[in-house]
Amino acid sequence: MRTRALEWLLGGLLCWHAGAAALTAQDIQPLAGDDYAAKEEAVGRLVADADPRAAVLLQALADGDAAAGEAGRIIVGSRDGSVDAVTGEPVGEREAAAAEPIMLNNRLRGLVERGLAAARLSAPDPVMRRAAADALLANPDARFQPLVERARAREADAEIKSRLDALWAMAALRDPDPEVRLAAVGLVAARRQPELRDLLRPLAEPAAAGGQGEPDPRVRAAARAGIASLDRLQWWGDLAATLFSGLSLGSVLLLAALGLAITYGLIGVINMAHGEFLMLGAYATYVVQQAVQRHAPALFDWYPLLSVPASFAVAALAGLALERLVLRHLYGRPLETLLTTFGVSLLMIQAVRMTFGAQNVQVSNPDWMTGGIALLPNLVLPYNRLIILAFSLAVVALAWAVLNRTRLGLFVRAVTQNRDMAACVGVRTGKVDSYAFAFGAGIAGLGGCALAQIGNVGPDLGQGYIIDSFMAVVLGGVGQLAGTIVGALGLGMASKLIEPFWGAVLAKIAVLVLIVLFIQKRPQGMFALKGRSAEA
Amino acid sequence: MAAVIAPAGEPSAPRFSLGLPERPALLGRRAWIALAVLVVAVGAGAPLCALVLPESHPLHLSAYGMTLAGKLMCYAIAALALDLVWGYCGILSLGHGLFFALGGYAMGMYLMRGIGRDGNYQSDLPDFMVFLNWKELPWFWHGTEHFAYALLLVVLVPAAVAWVFGYFAFRSRVKGVYLSIITQAMTFAAMLLFYRNETGFGGNNGFTDFKRILGFGITQPETRTALFLATFAALVLAFLLARAVTTSKLGRVATGIRDAESRLMFLGYSPLGYKLFVWTLSAVLCGVAGALYVPQVGIINPSEMAPVNSIEMAIWVAVGGRGTLIGPIVGAFAVNGAKSVFTTHFAEYWLFFLGAIFVLVPLCLPRGIAGLFQRGRAM
Repeated sequence: MRTRALEWLLGGLLCWHAGAAALTAQDIQPLAGDDYAAKEEAVGRLVADADPRAAVLLQALADGDAAAGEAGRIIVGSRDGSVDAVTGEPVGEREAAAAEPIMLNNRLRGLVERGLAAARLSAPDPVMRRAAADALLANPDARFQPLVERARAREADAEIKSRLDALWAMAALRDPDPEVRLAAVGLVAARRQPELRDLLRPLAEPAAAGGQGEPDPRVRAAARAGIASLDRLQWWGDLAATLFSGLSLGSVLLLAALGLAITYGLIGVINMAHGEFLMLGAYATYVVQQAVQRHAPALFDWYPLLSVPASFAVAALAGLALERLVLRHLYGRPLETLLTTFGVSLLMIQAVRMTFGAQNVQVSNPDWMTGGIALLPNLVLPYNRLIILAFSLAVVALAWAVLNRTRLGLFVRAVTQNRDMAACVGVRTGKVDSYAFAFGAGIAGLGGCALAQIGNVGPDLGQGYIIDSFMAVVLGGVGQLAGTIVGALGLGMASKLIEPFWGAVLAKIAVLVLIVLFIQKRPQGMFALKGRSAEA
Repeated sequence: MAAVIAPAGEPSAPRFSLGLPERPALLGRRAWIALAVLVVAVGAGAPLCALVLPESHPLHLSAYGMTLAGKLMCYAIAALALDLVWGYCGILSLGHGLFFALGGYAMGMYLMRGIGRDGNYQSDLPDFMVFLNWKELPWFWHGTEHFAYALLLVVLVPAAVAWVFGYFAFRSRVKGVYLSIITQAMTFAAMLLFYRNETGFGGNNGFTDFKRILGFGITQPETRTALFLATFAALVLAFLLARAVTTSKLGRVATGIRDAESRLMFLGYSPLGYKLFVWTLSAVLCGVAGALYVPQVGIINPSEMAPVNSIEMAIWVAVGGRGTLIGPIVGAFAVNGAKSVFTTHFAEYWLFFLGAIFVLVPLCLPRGIAGLFQRGRAM
């Protein structure tokens, strides 16, 4: 692989610059010494040199194949034997064996690597060229300006060309010619990377006595315009990032609130253990992950597919048990039911703590969920958040389908509207309660499965969600699927939009106060249930 | 129609009666006697056991025991306060911990000022302010060096917070489970606020390291005994006050609101004022309990406002039996006594025990401990 790389490197270098100054033994002499400043200067000359021998030597330096032979001459080792770095003549076995390897420090190594990248700017493979340009953009260095300039003149691929333009412009900002600076400012601004503002800043200031600043007014104006456009870009990027994080928080809240909305609408009691169903779902995901890792490591990437039904089932069974064993006997005593469910949540937390330990457990993302889409430098959409957004929409669709397209859903809606009347026309309300409660708990379990992918999984996981998800239900209007969606997403957005101004804590308080005030205005929530199901 | 118009010529007979039962006495004869015996026993026994008897004596009341008993009595006052709103007005508050903590913070401000220059930084300002590099007292700290003003704050701050919250909540007829969760959100929000250093109440650490109260060293046995007796007096007075309110006409309207609010409204009552009065009174009682709690325990911090604390108060009431006044007092002693035993001997199982109480009491003992003694009497 390396031989082939060297071949195109040599070929490329040879054909585009025949008239380069030849490498001399004097130029590279310091490499054999111990003076790192001199060494750096030598490497600096190497990377700016277009001589194919220079490229070979750079590669050898990077690979640790370069050594200092007799009388300080530099030897390059390769598969076919060692050669002199300047002349290319073979070197005797004995001298090669006695040669001292040339040591590089980190700084030099970086320079060498960048030099190689600069040389690769003329590789025939566009993928390689683009990678080389990106490597240099990440760490711009004015010493490569000649190489960049040449590559830029030859480049046909528009995408790589724009990178090369930026690369050239960054160094050209300090060019003595104002026309060149003007062009460079335009190119830097066109790069649409807000952090490049700092490069433009000196050019926006008028020349001061100290010699800093920009003498040409046209360049100053262009630089100011460039900074303004990058500022705008930053602002939009930040706004979009805030909106996305609000949407993401909202989707998590939605998963938590959806089940609560169903059970609250049905039995008229906040299930304080609802957060613990989330926690159960997350732990079910953890257990599935561990099991897959142990018994079928090859399938590890697909364990979430298994953990989704598992978390639903675990939480639904727990919900069924809670309803059958406890809540059923407390119907008509909502306040005591509230306390009871709180007791259940304590029991569940402590049970999990004693089974899995008080520490958080590790749930890792599969490969296809890591990483993200970078729309702008300050706007990255992580895959796991996007997937959870899609997942929560899918869960909403599922809940909608169950509530509106099944017989059970019809009964649930009937009982929610008027329990006595539903019972009178033959709905077995007890059974409906059980199934609907299990369904709501199962949805919370799905939420826990999703939460495990983005946050810590610990026994206290669910505690933070009960108030927020209840607020989402209240905001939207009880017994309304659409209301819950709007409520959860609105709550998530509102918190994230307030956060940059007031900080997380005050944002939370502000949201709570806003909701209490909102209830003053509309006690039924945004989407009131139509009909005569007014309070008893 | 139960109204009976008595025939003329019998001036001694009642002229007009709606057939309502007489207003019950504040306490029955036997209850008064029992209360008097209790007051004498505690009033004389506590100083005797704590101060007179030598430490080797088996009846000696240690500092730990006295603090524990004082703490339990503070909890009992809080439980009593919660019973007023839950048992007699049907409002389950899951935010009474806030009022308790507000009263505690008001007293804590006085105690912090009482430290004077004896703090770690030898400054006139409380230590945490020096630590935050504040140069002068914030406006809401002015005057807190006066004990009388602090007492005023203990009453007024919880009252004001409760009144404003209650006015908005009751006016829009928020009730039931809905109200419970909102009260919980209220105390949760307040906790977040008090955790911030910028709020001006010591952030995370709250107030601690108190030195003296009214010039007396706060750890002196005599001071402790005095605080203990003050708490006991407050408990007895709070009980009598609550009893007076619940047996009054106002209390019976409140009970009517609990049982059938809509019907009462159709009869022409506006529940807002009644609810607001009972709610605010309850908050004040809770604040007083907090104010007595802080000097005895020696610390107040935002964790007192954690939602869990408020929910635990509700279980004291449920265990004792709500709507009985005496029950919640018993419940507070029983649950917190059990908590002390559990956390010292088998801490791991305390949450299981507490959870089990929460689940089993409403299921098996809906009228609490008090219910065991009032067989056959309807709630």
